[in-house]
Parts: sequence; C-alpha cells; structure tokens
Amino acid sequence: MIKTAFLLAKKDLYSELKTKQVLTTMIIFAGLVILVFSFAFDPANNTTKAVIPGVIWVIVVFSGILGLNRSFLSEQRNDTMQGLLIAPMDASSIYLGKFLANFTMMLVVELVSIPFLFLLFDFKIIGSIPYFILIMFIGSFGFISIGTFLAALAANSKSSEMLLPLLLFPVTSPILIGVVQATRIILTNMEKFSSALAWIQLVSAYDVIFFVLCFLLIEYVLEV
Amino acid sequence: MIEIKKLTKQADNKLILRGIDLSIEKGETVAILGPNGAGKSTLLKVLATLIKPSSGLVKINGLDLKKNHLEIKKLFGYLPHSSLLYDHYSPLENLVFFGKLYGVTNAEERAIELVKEVGLSFFLNEPVKNFSRGMIQRIAIARSIVHEPELLLLDEPHTGLDQGAISILNNVILSMKAKGTTTLMVTHDFKQAAEICDRIIIIKNGKLVDDFKLEDRALNLVSEKYQLQVEGVS
Amino acid sequence: MSMNLEREKATLPLSESADAKSPILPKILLGITIVLILTAIYLTFMYADIEKTMGVVQKIFYFHVGSAATAFTAFFVTFIFSILYLVKRKRIFDTYASVSAEIGLIFTTLVLTTGPIWAKSAWNTWWVWEPRLTTTLILWFIYMAYMMIRQMDGVWDKKARLCAVFGIIGFTDVPIVFFAIRWWQTKFHPIVFGNGVSQKGGGIADNMLVALIVSIFALLSLYTYLLNRGVEFENMKIKVDQYKEKLREDLEN
Ligand SMILES: Nc1ncnc2c1ncn2[C@@H]1O[C@H](COP(=O)(O)OP(=O)(O)OP(=O)(O)O)[C@@H](O)[C@H]1O
Ligand SMILES: [Mg+2]
Repeated sequence: MIKTAFLLAKKDLYSELKTKQVLTTMIIFAGLVILVFSFAFDPANNTTKAVIPGVIWVIVVFSGILGLNRSFLSEQRNDTMQGLLIAPMDASSIYLGKFLANFTMMLVVELVSIPFLFLLFDFKIIGSIPYFILIMFIGSFGFISIGTFLAALAANSKSSEMLLPLLLFPVTSPILIGVVQATRIILTNMEKFSSALAWIQLVSAYDVIFFVLCFLLIEYVLEV
Repeated sequence: MIEIKKLTKQADNKLILRGIDLSIEKGETVAILGPNGAGKSTLLKVLATLIKPSSGLVKINGLDLKKNHLEIKKLFGYLPHSSLLYDHYSPLENLVFFGKLYGVTNAEERAIELVKEVGLSFFLNEPVKNFSRGMIQRIAIARSIVHEPELLLLDEPHTGLDQGAISILNNVILSMKAKGTTTLMVTHDFKQAAEICDRIIIIKNGKLVDDFKLEDRALNLVSEKYQLQVEGVS
Repeated sequence: MSMNLEREKATLPLSESADAKSPILPKILLGITIVLILTAIYLTFMYADIEKTMGVVQKIFYFHVGSAATAFTAFFVTFIFSILYLVKRKRIFDTYASVSAEIGLIFTTLVLTTGPIWAKSAWNTWWVWEPRLTTTLILWFIYMAYMMIRQMDGVWDKKARLCAVFGIIGFTDVPIVFFAIRWWQTKFHPIVFGNGVSQKGGGIADNMLVALIVSIFALLSLYTYLLNRGVEFENMKIKVDQYKEKLREDLEN
C-alpha cells in the first residue's frame, strides 16, 4: 500500500514538475497575500509584528486550498480517476498518495514564502526555530490531511472549488486556532512556552484523530 | 468466467438494468449490441467495479464482485469511452505508470513493446495532449492490456480508429483470445462484431433480448436479428 | 408483460413499512410537546425568580440553553444515523440523518440569535467570542456545509453517502472545536453549574433549574415531533417520485 501511494504521489509531483502550474500559482498567490497584508498593516509600524503569526497561517490556508482543489479535479480530465479506481489497490492508497503529493507541495510553498515574509516585514525571530518548524509541520499535516479528504468529497460536485472552502474551514478551525496561538508564543514570547506545548499537543491529537478517521472513511468517499 | 444473475441497477428511481442473467465461458469473444441508452456501458461498468449493482449477483472467475474486488481488478482490462490517460505524460510514461500500478515486473519493456504494437513508437516520448483522437484511442487500448488481463471489457473500441488501427485492434483481440482471454465488447459496428466475435448479445431497455452464437462471420445474421429485436415489431 | 411488471415491483420496493406505523404516534408527540411547552412558558415567566443583575432578559436563557441542547442532540442523531447508513445502506437512515441535521440547523440559528440578545444585556456587546457561542457558530457553518453537500446534483445514494461521511467528520470535530475555543478564550461565560449556589457567583437557583430542565425537555419533544413529521414528509416525497417514474414507464411500454 505504501509503495502504491508513493507511486501515485510521484506521478502527481512529476506531472507538477513538468507543468509547474499549481506550484507557481500557489507561490505567486502566497506573495500576493503578503502584498495585501503590507497594504492592510503598515510594515513600518512595530505593532504589525503581532499579526505575523496569523499572516503565516493565512498564507498556508489560502494557497493550500488552491493546491487541494486541483488535486482531485486534475483527475477528472480523461476520467483518469476511473483508471485509478479500477486498478488493484485500496481507496486508502489513493488518499495516501494524494496526501503525500499535496503535503510536499505545501511544504515547498511554505519554504519559499515564509522566509520571504520574514524578510519583507523585517521580522526577527526571538523564539525557537526548531519548534517553529515543528509547528509548521504538524499544522500543515493536519490541514492537508483533512483537506485532501474533503477535496475528494467535494470533487463529486460540479462547483467543487466553491464547496471545498465551505467544508474545510469550519472543520479545520481547531487546528487554525491551535497553530496560530502556538506560533505566536514560539515566535514572540517564549516565556509562555508550556502553553505553546499544550497547543502543540492539541493539534497533534487532532492530526492523529482525523488522519485515522479519513483513512477509514475515504473508502466511502471514493466508492462508486 | 462471468456469471451474472438477476442483475439490476437503479439510478434514483430509474431502472437502467432490469434483471440481466448472463453467463460467459472462458475464451469467448462476445459482442454486446443495442440501441443508444440501452444500458450497455452500464453493464460493462458494473463488471469493471465502477458501478455498484442495486441487486443481483456477479461473479468473475468464481470471485464475488462485492467481496473480492482487489483480485477481480487484477483480472480485467477496461477500455471506456474516455482514454484514462494523463495529458502531460507521454505514452511511455503513461504505460509505465499503469504497468507499475498493476505490479507488472518489467513495466518499461512492456510499455515500449505495447507502443510498438499499436504502431506509435515514433511518438513514444511526445505528450499525449498533442495526439489525435485515433492515436489516443490506440494508446488507450495499449493501456487496457498493459497487465495482460484475462478478461477484456471494451466499450466501443473501434471509434475513431483508421483501417490500420482497426486491424491492429482486431489482431490484439484475436491473439489474446488465442491465449485464452475472454473479451466483452460493446459496439455499434456490426462488421467488426461479426469479424471477431463468436457470440452476440443484444440489450434493449436494460434487458437482454437476444443471445446467440455466431459462425463464419455471418454479418447478415447479426443485422437480421438486430433489426428484428430493436427496430422490428416488439 | 405481466412477468415484466412483477419484476419491476420487486426492484422498486416502496417503503411501506416506514409509514405503516401507527398514525397515533405523531398525535401523542404533538400533545406532549404542547403540554411541555406551555409548562415551560409558565415556569419560565411565573415560577422562576427574576435574576438580580439582568432582569427579565435573563428569561431568554432558558430558551437559549434549551435550543443549544436540542441542536446538539439533533446533530448527534445525525451522526448516529450517518454511521447506520454507511453500514446498512437503507434510505430511511439517510432520511433521518438529513431531517435531523436540518432541524438542528434551525435550532443552532435560534441559539445564534438569542446569544447576542443575552450578550447585549449581560456584557453590553452584541457578540462575544465565548467558547460555547463560538462553537455553536462553527457548528452552524459545519452543518450549512452539510446542507451544501445535499444540494449537490446526482443520484440520491451518492449524496447520502457523502453526507453520511461528512456528518461523521463534522460531529467528531465538535468536541475538539469546543476544547480549542475554550482554551483560547475563557473570559465571558458564567459557569452556570458547579460550585456556588449563591446568585452572585453565577450559580442557579433551584426554581430556575426546574424551569431550565422543563424547557430543555419541551424543546427536545418539539424536536422529536418535527423529526417524525419531517421524515414522514420526505418519505411521501420519495413515494410520489417513485409513482411518477412508474407511471412514466408504464406509459412508455
Ligand atoms: N449516472 C447516471 N444517472 C442517471 N442515469 C444514468 C446514469 N448513467 C447512465 N444513465 C442512464 O442509463 C441509461 C443507459 O446508459 P448507458 O450509458 O449504459 O447506455 P449505452 O447502452 O452505453 O448507450 P450508447 O450506445 O449511447 O453508449 C441511459 O438511459 C442513461 O440516461
Ligand atoms: Mg455506451
């Protein structure tokens, strides 16, 4: 199953490497979000630093949803989804493959856009970078795992691009609350570290619960 | 090979298949004829595990469609209306991907061999999106047989093919038949049906209305029976 | 031809069993609901004390909490029937899940409208990011999304399947949402139950508690009645559709 999932993820990523459509769009979009934020909050003002943790996750959420939308819609052309469904593998392999591909792309976007954000807003990290990376990782993991699942669900609809955010945002709200709080503490106020740790635990618990749940339920979503 | 009992399919309140009983032996080549909207593609999709039947029993090679779907998926090759190919990929990449998905051991060699067989070796590394309809259909055929299936489910495989490709396709089917492959082919092309099939099934309005053996490529017999069942007085 | 019809009958099982049940049940439910609601109104306005700081506006509390409890119950029922549907694949389970979600959504809307009224008089602001209220808001969004899935085009069993999956995901999310928001913001809501019977500590007087419990039961029985009626109505619609299709086919042949 893992092998098949890697094969599927490789297929998606290789195709992305050829066209570079989705990744470019996501990164440019992330840049635009940063730009819009610089208009909304004066970068020269010192209080702006307080919104940076929030901006990071706005970037992740909005550029992430672009990628998630594509991930199952791209299989509709020539009905390639049928090709995957008749292949001898479980639905969970398809889910895992798509998840791996989306997660990789998400990490690439974060890797490019977040340093860029820090640079533009002249943000100096006073907290711990390893913990920051950990939070980015578990936050993106949860967001993409449930996002991939709901993208598969929404793909059944004609207007799935509009449906996906409506499904995804309320369901992921605990992750978003958790990671924004944790990011704020880690980046600006290490004194409350224990509280950040508690948030990290909450988000990790969410990740585990929903990853397992998605794994079990994806069979019903991809059923024909 | 295939055992269908009282198969029905209902979409909302509309009955698409209304009680089909059919049994097909290993090695048979069966053509499924019938007017548009009769339910031919639906029947094929049920066999390809793409549609869940509403009621009835389907067994392929003694395996129940509901329970052993993984084993059954390895058995058949399915060629629907659409190509199931990735546009940005070349024929080689497409076939290697699907070969690996089916666990074909030497996927690369097998892919090259297949592309040669359908006469497109010259376009081995061109992306599929630039291909013409007939060329795509050729690759789609190659895709459906990449894992050397025991059962072929073809939905109007002759559409868009030129004369050369038709004879290639027929040769593929016949040579696989020699190896014991069973073929189910939905078609509107009586000539090709008479050419390669040894049994004809006519479906009308979700029901099996005729089922007969065919000898000596008797094209007249096929048209005659079809006229009687579909256009004649019912 | 006759063979034919028989087969059709076999494949179109009109769900008789569902509404062949005693027609007395809805009447009994209606009776209980009316009695309970009247009692609840009496208890709320006549029996229970008027709260010291807020005055009469506090009466909305009984309705507010009752609606919230009912909405939560409704979504729980949707959750249970979603699981049942995925396991058994009977249409009736899907109907229950969907009707229950719809009623739950109505009650959630009521909570969200009464909440601000409460907030305005208690904290002098229309909206507070208070855990329970915010959770209700997110619940409202989740079940609106559930309704959007229902609006999808396609055959009913596909919609039923996807809705069931989302019903499970959505409900699993609720406790986590609540927990997260509670951590995030814990400034406002009075801890109504718990230590301290003294009115000032935010505790609740005995007569208030009685009014509250009766209110909750009144709304729950209203919910049961609505659920029963809604399911009956849906079944009727399904049946009409089936007859229509059958008629069309008979005309065709
Ligand atoms: N998803 C669906 N929902 C509702 N009805 C459907 C669905 N798919 C197919 N049908 C109906 O089922 C009937 C049979 O369709 P099918 O595609 O099997 O016909 P066919 O015999 O393959 O026709 P053709 O010769 O045109 O390919 C049609 O009347 C069609 O309207
Ligand atoms: Mg067809």
